[in-house]
Amino acid sequence: MKDFGFTITKDRQIDYDQHDHRLLQFVLENEPSFQACISCGGCTATCSAGNLIDFNIRKLNMLLRRGETEGLEKEINKCMLCGKCMLVCPRGINTRNVILKIKEAIQKFR
Amino acid sequence: MTKKVAIIGGGIAGMEAASVLSRMDIEVLLIEKRQQLGGHVGEWDHLFPNFRPASEITRSLLNALQNNNIKICANTVVTGIARKAGLFEVKTNQNQNFKVDGILLATGFDLFDAHKKEEYGYGIYENVITSADLEKKLKGGNVLTTASGCVPKRIAMIHCVGSRDEKAGYFHCSRVCCITAVKQAIEIRQKLPNVEIFCFYMDLRMYGKGFEEIYREAQEKWGIQFVRGRLSEAGENIDGGLQIKSEDTLSGRPLKMIVDMIVLMVGMVPAESTSQMAKMLGIHLSGDGFIAHDDVHFGSNITNVPGIFTAGTITSPMTISDTIADARSAALKICEYIA
Amino acid sequence: MKLEGKKRIWDDYQKEIADNNYYFQRSCIRQNFFPGSEHAFLKILKNELGKDICDDEHHTTCTGIGYHADVVLFETIMTVVARHFALMTEKGYENMIISCVTSFGIYTEILETWKHFPDVLKKVRQHLKKATGREFEIPKNIAHASDIIFKFREEIAARAKYRLINRNTGEPLKIVEHIGCHYSKMFPVHGVGGAEFPYVLQGMVESWGGQIIDYPERRHCCGFGFRQYLVKANRGYSVANSKKKFESMKPYKPDMIVCNCPGCTMFMDKWQYTISEMEGKTYDENGFGIPVLTYEEMAGLVLGYNPWELGLQMHEVQSEPLLDKMGVAYHPDEKYKDAAGNYLGEPAFPTNLKVCV
Repeated sequence: MKDFGFTITKDRQIDYDQHDHRLLQFVLENEPSFQACISCGGCTATCSAGNLIDFNIRKLNMLLRRGETEGLEKEINKCMLCGKCMLVCPRGINTRNVILKIKEAIQKFR
Repeated sequence: MTKKVAIIGGGIAGMEAASVLSRMDIEVLLIEKRQQLGGHVGEWDHLFPNFRPASEITRSLLNALQNNNIKICANTVVTGIARKAGLFEVKTNQNQNFKVDGILLATGFDLFDAHKKEEYGYGIYENVITSADLEKKLKGGNVLTTASGCVPKRIAMIHCVGSRDEKAGYFHCSRVCCITAVKQAIEIRQKLPNVEIFCFYMDLRMYGKGFEEIYREAQEKWGIQFVRGRLSEAGENIDGGLQIKSEDTLSGRPLKMIVDMIVLMVGMVPAESTSQMAKMLGIHLSGDGFIAHDDVHFGSNITNVPGIFTAGTITSPMTISDTIADARSAALKICEYIA
Repeated sequence: MKLEGKKRIWDDYQKEIADNNYYFQRSCIRQNFFPGSEHAFLKILKNELGKDICDDEHHTTCTGIGYHADVVLFETIMTVVARHFALMTEKGYENMIISCVTSFGIYTEILETWKHFPDVLKKVRQHLKKATGREFEIPKNIAHASDIIFKFREEIAARAKYRLINRNTGEPLKIVEHIGCHYSKMFPVHGVGGAEFPYVLQGMVESWGGQIIDYPERRHCCGFGFRQYLVKANRGYSVANSKKKFESMKPYKPDMIVCNCPGCTMFMDKWQYTISEMEGKTYDENGFGIPVLTYEEMAGLVLGYNPWELGLQMHEVQSEPLLDKMGVAYHPDEKYKDAAGNYLGEPAFPTNLKVCV
């Protein structure tokens, strides 16, 4: 293939139909409270890890919901599992278990 | 001598005000341009937040109108109103000429014409419908299908169509569409358990009693997904499916997906008759095109013209509960005036 | 898709287009990459339609590419445009035809600016007077060249030698149209049919027997974007836009793409070659690519003009498969000869994109 001195830019649009939604299904089945998330970001604001490193639990939820699960494993390992996010969640989501279920799902669908 | 009031508009605001005034021994002329009373509610199937049939509302309001003090003029349009010796003379297209002590305007709203949002393809793409079209389909009792007769697998509900949109010519929030989307999404899921539903919203305005509760039920029980982002455009693909583009603002990236059907949550806009009526009577309009109140807190139901009052959505989008309350308050204000 | 729905929108975006006596404003890109287009336009207007049109050698570029690439100031481009109006005024014309969508966008933007800011207009008049001693009138009517072809599409149809119909199957040719962002996205009221469902090219295609295909990424930009393609390192971003469109239109198996804008014609054509070289991908079934024509080239074929006189051999994607479908007569051995019959030599051939030899 020819080299013209540039590469064709990859689309950064989320193409919902091309993505894998099994992880999300697994998490929702095993931690149904996750369904009620309204993306308020309370969890992210209080997150012990997120205050020091590039880790955003609200965005993690978005990635999972859009099926953008590439790189999720690396991201999820940043969580310190302290449980502070559970305390602030206005929708009573067991966020700590959400993380554990994501880890489990990653193993399962690897 | 018995006092007389003309109520223009036989939707739920006019009906409720008529029955309240009649019980206060005031004679009421209820003037409705159509054959049927009940207005937009008469076209609706079920209502938020408790999913009761809309017909219960119109039936109960109709029952309260069976009263000697109320004269219903159906198929009647007001052609002129003039003030004479402290009274109003109301002329109609039926060659009637009524003399009344006060006038209540209750001509309501129009649904936003979805054709104006060209980029959504209403009237062009087969599977783009409005919330009002959906309500008719639900009322008809048939299974919801795409134009080609298939059961839809994925549906997008688009919030704020014609509301909060300078391009559409309307800045205001229509107040009822968010909760209507949630209600309709749940109803679709009840009928089609395998359908995926996405609500595309700018802000979710769940302000009313019971609204937040059914929003939560929509998420938890019915798995309805909410994407914060305004639909930018829809396009039809080769299979008749619709490709939609919006930003997933919470991810900060553009998003596209293919859906089988789009439901546009059309807003409430000032009725075409409102500006004509206002011009004829010298009534002030506010910037949004609805009838204005001189005092935002104490002025509800009162116009700048003495003797002319308002009830319901002629002044602003309202839920049914708010419309009923507004109609009762209008009856009280008009009663004070003519006494 | 419901045609009545589109007609409803087309009714909302009717545009007044002058009937005769035009001053013609040429395009930089088109004269270089599709040199037969403007030649065909003038021939159609003069010979077929008998119109009076002034093709003036004194006008220059509008400097639109420089303006959009931030090297020409708005004040400068306004004065250049004012000079063109002055040339038109001096020649005694009031109706302007603009050949380029970028220029058309700039002219409408400038006129709109002057409408809202009369002080700016006053200043531009002073600048022009000082620099050139010239004075100008604002045109009575401004049309893009495609508006003119659109206006006279039925007259052209009446003189058609070929139609946009597949000879072998009798079916209408499936045609993708692309109007270019600056034709009506900035000012939908100045485009025939508006911006969301433009009618200018569709109207021609319908009148000449073809069928428009409306695909999901129809409204997407070709990726031209001025500074995006001007800087080599950014070209991948420009290509990606065209690629998005090709991927979206591919399932419909289009027989050709007709473009309104010089930039779009160039990139929809040339990026097909680039993608074929970089990724080995082509977007038709047989590996020839989808021919990209200007509306004048399309009109020229319909009127039976020689495809080589129209300059179709100058395109990256070659058009013989299209000519064969339409039944257009052509001489393969004259493809690489100039007007005087001198052999010009063959161009280098692409690696993956097929070319008829």
